[in-house]
Amino acid sequence: MPSSPSLRPPAVRIDALRWMRENLFSGPVNTALTLFALYLLWRFVPPVLDWLFFSATWQGSSRADCQPGGACWIFIGQRFGQFLYGFYPLEQRWRVDLTALSIVVLAAPLFFSRFPQRRRWAIGYFLLTPLLAWWLLYGAGILGLETVPTEQWGGLMLTLVIAAVGIAGALPLGILLALGRRSQLPAIRVVCITFIEFWRGVPLITVLFMSSVMLPLFLPEQMSIDKLVRALIAVILFEAAYLAEVVRGGLQAIPKGQYEAAHALGLSYWQSMGLVILPQALRLVIPGIVNTFIALFKDTSLVIIIGLADFFTAVHRATVDPEWLGFSTEGYVFAAFVYFLFCFGMSRYSIALEKRLARAQKR
Amino acid sequence: MELMEDTLTRLESHKTQEVMILMERVNKWYQDFHVLRDIDLTVMAGERIVICGPSGSGKSTLIRCINRLEAHQRGRIVVDGIELTEDVKAIDAIRREVGMVFQHFNLFPHLTVLENCTLAPIWVKKMPKKDAEALAMQYLERVRITDQAHKYPGQLSGGQQQRVAIARALCMKPKIMLFDEPTSALDPEMVKEVLDTMIELAAEGMTMLCVTHEMGFARTVADRVIFMDRGEIVEQAPPEEFFLHPKEERTRRFLGQILHH
Repeated sequence: MPSSPSLRPPAVRIDALRWMRENLFSGPVNTALTLFALYLLWRFVPPVLDWLFFSATWQGSSRADCQPGGACWIFIGQRFGQFLYGFYPLEQRWRVDLTALSIVVLAAPLFFSRFPQRRRWAIGYFLLTPLLAWWLLYGAGILGLETVPTEQWGGLMLTLVIAAVGIAGALPLGILLALGRRSQLPAIRVVCITFIEFWRGVPLITVLFMSSVMLPLFLPEQMSIDKLVRALIAVILFEAAYLAEVVRGGLQAIPKGQYEAAHALGLSYWQSMGLVILPQALRLVIPGIVNTFIALFKDTSLVIIIGLADFFTAVHRATVDPEWLGFSTEGYVFAAFVYFLFCFGMSRYSIALEKRLARAQKR
Repeated sequence: MELMEDTLTRLESHKTQEVMILMERVNKWYQDFHVLRDIDLTVMAGERIVICGPSGSGKSTLIRCINRLEAHQRGRIVVDGIELTEDVKAIDAIRREVGMVFQHFNLFPHLTVLENCTLAPIWVKKMPKKDAEALAMQYLERVRITDQAHKYPGQLSGGQQQRVAIARALCMKPKIMLFDEPTSALDPEMVKEVLDTMIELAAEGMTMLCVTHEMGFARTVADRVIFMDRGEIVEQAPPEEFFLHPKEERTRRFLGQILHH
């Protein structure tokens, strides 16, 4: 028993006035900055809100319904289908919806730690959903689904396809490259370093351009690879090089003792990496990995260079349509909002993931 | 000498006539630094050896060569009849026979105590998960830590972590246990609980090589104490002889430093 009674920590009262005095008006400089910031907010926030919401036109069916003085969201409503699906045939668009739905619904069990056979489900999910998605979207005449050539893919759906395939392909490749760069075998190390330095040293736009213009020059004439497939491979290789360096940072942060303990227990190289080193290393670099994913998501808009009409291009094209000339601000604001939604979502998810893992481990 | 008055009872020896580890003229260099010089050492099954010496004398390197965490460059090392070479199969086979406990525990922080113990049995020995867990609980009970089985290493004290590390190594049912300064990273009040666990293990007849400066432990359990300096084995003798009548001047100086500070 401790001899002196244990005291509770002093209560902290949250007092709005005191908080403001301490944080906003603690001195002449801070007071001036606070007032200046308030002025800027008063000057810019109301007009922006007014344009976005209060004076905006929400209902109608043509540009004639648009009211002056605010945004005209009818434009977005009218072109929404095109933004989402590009030139995917109207009567086939349910296939895109079904793909999105099945990817989300089938992934749901992965987020419940109590789900039995979760590991097996995850393996099946990552092996089979790409096939399912490919069949639903492309069709290829299998089981009565007619082919929709990738030239007709576009809009947000194309953006998501490129981003998802890019992420799913680049992460495993990046991990392998990071391990290879630290390999004890000189040949593997040299190959990985060369690969990483080459792809990191070239702009993505050049890579895409080369994949579409230069690659066919080197291939035999009758052999043609789908333009989208070429873009996907380019994105995967490019982003894998970046991810490799992020992952390598994590690998270097793991103390040597962890490798030694794994070896001393008799675990093989791949077991040590897969069970001991990578689970810790990847956890450490979640912020860096998500950073790369977010950059990748936005970089997908560069596929316009090889003539693929992703979400951004779909919006851009609608703004130059003579029928809706003069509404580009609405278009770009909407595009920015959608990109923000996805990127912010990824960011929030990564924060939640980090917190959950940290709570489990309580280091 | 204070050790004389020590009334610790000596453990009964389990030393047999079967050779467990054989080292012949083992040499190793780190770049130009000659860290092991012509090491000749034979360890019998059931024998308990304590290795001491000043820092940088090569004692850790010596035991780390036995499970190939370090590769020797010249000489032979044979563990339980298997010679250590570049052959990965031989290395794997030896690592399955040899358990190791490190100075800094090296538990896997992302796995629970129980998962730390079951990892190698499940993946290396392909043991079913249920059996591996039962086995792990049995060893965790021996190191008196069953109530912490579902915690993460970071939630345990240093002494508890080191006992888990011992249980983790034992779960592979090794024939030999290597201890690399197992108590030197611990707070003083936790040293005893780890040493007690090691003494129990010694009493069961495990072949042990232990790098430590815990001379009381050496007196209680060691069949042989080895003193190393500058990469050489300077002197080796049973503990009574080693502590009371050290032959070499270097040994006397070292013992003087660690026993009368």
